[in-house]
Amino acid sequence: MSMATEAKTKRIVKKTLISYALLTAVTVPFLIPFLWMVSTALKDSAQIMAFPPVWIPNPIMWGNFGEAVTRIPFFMFVKNTVIIVTCSMIGTLVSAPLVAYGFSRIRWPGRDYLLMLVIATMMIPFPVTLIPQFVIFARLGWVNTFYPLIIPSFVGIPFYVFLLRQFFMTIPEDISDSARIDGASELCIYSRIILPLSKPVLAVVSLFQFLTSWNDFLRPLIYLMDPKRYPLSLGLQEFRTTLSEASWMDWNLFMAACTLTVIPTIILFFLAQRHFIEGVHLTGMKE
Amino acid sequence: MIARIRGSRRRNIVVGLLFISPWLIGFILLTAIPIVASLYNSFTRYSGVGSPVWIGLENYKAMFVRDRLFRISVYNTAYYAVIAIPLQIILAIGLALVLNLKVKGVSVFRTLVYMPSIVPVFASSFIWLWLLHPYFGLVNSLLEMVGIRGPGWVVDPAWSKLSIVIMTQWGIGATAMIFLAALQDVPRSLYESAEIDGAGNWAKFINITIPSISPVIFFQLIMTTNGALQMFTQAYIMTDGGPANTTLFYALYLYRKAFLEGKMGFASAMAWLLLLVSLTLTLLLFRSSRRWVFYRGGV
Repeated sequence: MSMATEAKTKRIVKKTLISYALLTAVTVPFLIPFLWMVSTALKDSAQIMAFPPVWIPNPIMWGNFGEAVTRIPFFMFVKNTVIIVTCSMIGTLVSAPLVAYGFSRIRWPGRDYLLMLVIATMMIPFPVTLIPQFVIFARLGWVNTFYPLIIPSFVGIPFYVFLLRQFFMTIPEDISDSARIDGASELCIYSRIILPLSKPVLAVVSLFQFLTSWNDFLRPLIYLMDPKRYPLSLGLQEFRTTLSEASWMDWNLFMAACTLTVIPTIILFFLAQRHFIEGVHLTGMKE
Repeated sequence: MIARIRGSRRRNIVVGLLFISPWLIGFILLTAIPIVASLYNSFTRYSGVGSPVWIGLENYKAMFVRDRLFRISVYNTAYYAVIAIPLQIILAIGLALVLNLKVKGVSVFRTLVYMPSIVPVFASSFIWLWLLHPYFGLVNSLLEMVGIRGPGWVVDPAWSKLSIVIMTQWGIGATAMIFLAALQDVPRSLYESAEIDGAGNWAKFINITIPSISPVIFFQLIMTTNGALQMFTQAYIMTDGGPANTTLFYALYLYRKAFLEGKMGFASAMAWLLLLVSLTLTLLLFRSSRRWVFYRGGV
C-alpha cells in the first residue's frame, strides 16, 4: 500500500472507531434504566440494598415474577387494560378513516375550514375540556365505567384524522373517479378501494392508539373509582404504600411488575418496528 | 365532465357531512360545549353536583391574590418548562446528530435509543423513582463510587423538579428520530459547496444544518412547550406534588382542586388561564418563526 492510501485507511478506521464510541456513549444512558429494572426484578431483598451495586443477581429470583402477580391483582388489571385498549383501537379504526375520508376524498364547500378546526382542537390543553367532560359523563351515569375511556375514540380523534387525511390526499383522484363512473357509492369507494390501500397507515394509527390507551393514566384516575376496574396504569400503584424514606417497599417485586408491564410494548415495538419509524416520519411532518 | 363525476355540490355536502358526522358530533358534545361550559364555570362556584353558582371574578381574584399554592404551581411549572424545553430540544438534536453517523449497524443504536419513548409514562416514573432512590438508587450508588454524595433527588426539595426533568429526558428518543429524519433530508450539495468555500464543521452546523431543520425545530418547540405546561402524570406518581409542594405543577394542582376538593369553578378558571397562556406562547412562537424558520421551496 502506498503511504497516502495507508494514511487514509488509518483515518477512516479512526473515524469509525470514534463513531462507535460516540454511539455507545450516547446509547448507554438510555439502556441502563431497562437493565437495572430487570436486574432489580431478579434480586432478593438483601441484594437490592447492596453496595457497590450488584448487576447480575445471585441467586436469580425468577420467583419474584410469580410473587409480583399475586401480590397485586395483576391479571385483573391486565384484563381491564386489554378491554380498554382493544375497544379504543376498534373505535379509532372505525371512525378516524371515515372522518378523514370525508375531509379528503370528497369535495364540499367549507371542508377545509372545518379541517382547520380539527387541527385547532389538537392544541387545546386537556384541562379545559376535562372538567365539563367529566360532568357530562357523570350525568350519563358513566362514572366508574369504561365508557368515558372508550367512547372518545369512536368520534374521530383529531390527530389520527389529520394523519389519515394527509395520506388519503396522496391517493390519485383518478382511482375514485373511475369508481364513481362505474356507479360506486362513496361508502363503497371508501371501504373497497381506499381502506385496503391504507393498510400501512392504519397500522401506524392502531399502534399509536394502542400506546395511548395503554399509557392512559389521568382519565382512568378520574373516572374509575373501583380498584377492580383499574387498568395497569392505576393498578401498578397498589404496590406502593407511601413513598417516604422511612417506609420500605418490595422494590424487587415492584420492578418485576414493571417489567411485565413494559414487555408487551417492547415486543410490539420489535414486531412492528417498521410501522413505528413510519409513524415517526408521519408525525414529524415539516408543516 | 369531472364535475358530473364528482356529483352535485348539494349532494356532496350531505355525503361529506355524513362521513365526518362522528367527528362533528364528538366535537360539539365533547369539545365545543365543554370549552364554553368551562369558561362559564370559571365564573362560578361549582362542586360538580347540582348547579354552578355565579360568583363573577371571585375565582380569578382568588387565583392571583389569595391562593398561595396557585402561585407556587405557576412557579413550579415555569421553572420546569424553562429548563426542560430547551434541554429536550438540544439533547434531541445532539442525539440525532450522533445517530446520523454513517456506520454499519447504526440502526441498532437508533432502536435502543427510541425504545424508552414507548415505555408507558407511569412505568418509567416507577423505574426512575427506584433509580433515583436516595439510599439504594443506582444513580447515587454510582456517584458514591466516584466519591460524590448524591442528593435526595425526588425527596429533596431542591432537586425534586430537576429529578423530573432528568427523568423526562429518557424519552427523547422519539423526538431525536424526528430530527434524524430532518437531518437526512438536508441536501448534501449544500454541505459540499460550503466545504469548497472552506467552511469548518461548526460553520456548517450553524449556517446549513440548523436553518435547514428549523421547521422541525419549530414544530417540536410547540409540541414540547404544550407538553411541559400540562405535565401531570410524573408529578402525581413520583412525588404527588411534594416534597413541600416543590413539584406541585399546574395541572396537578388543577386536578386536586377539581377532583379532590370539589372546586370545579376554580379549576375551570385555572384551565382557561392555561389555555390563554398556551395560545399566547404559541402565537409568540409563530411570530418569532418568521425570523429564524426557513422553509425550503418557497413560503
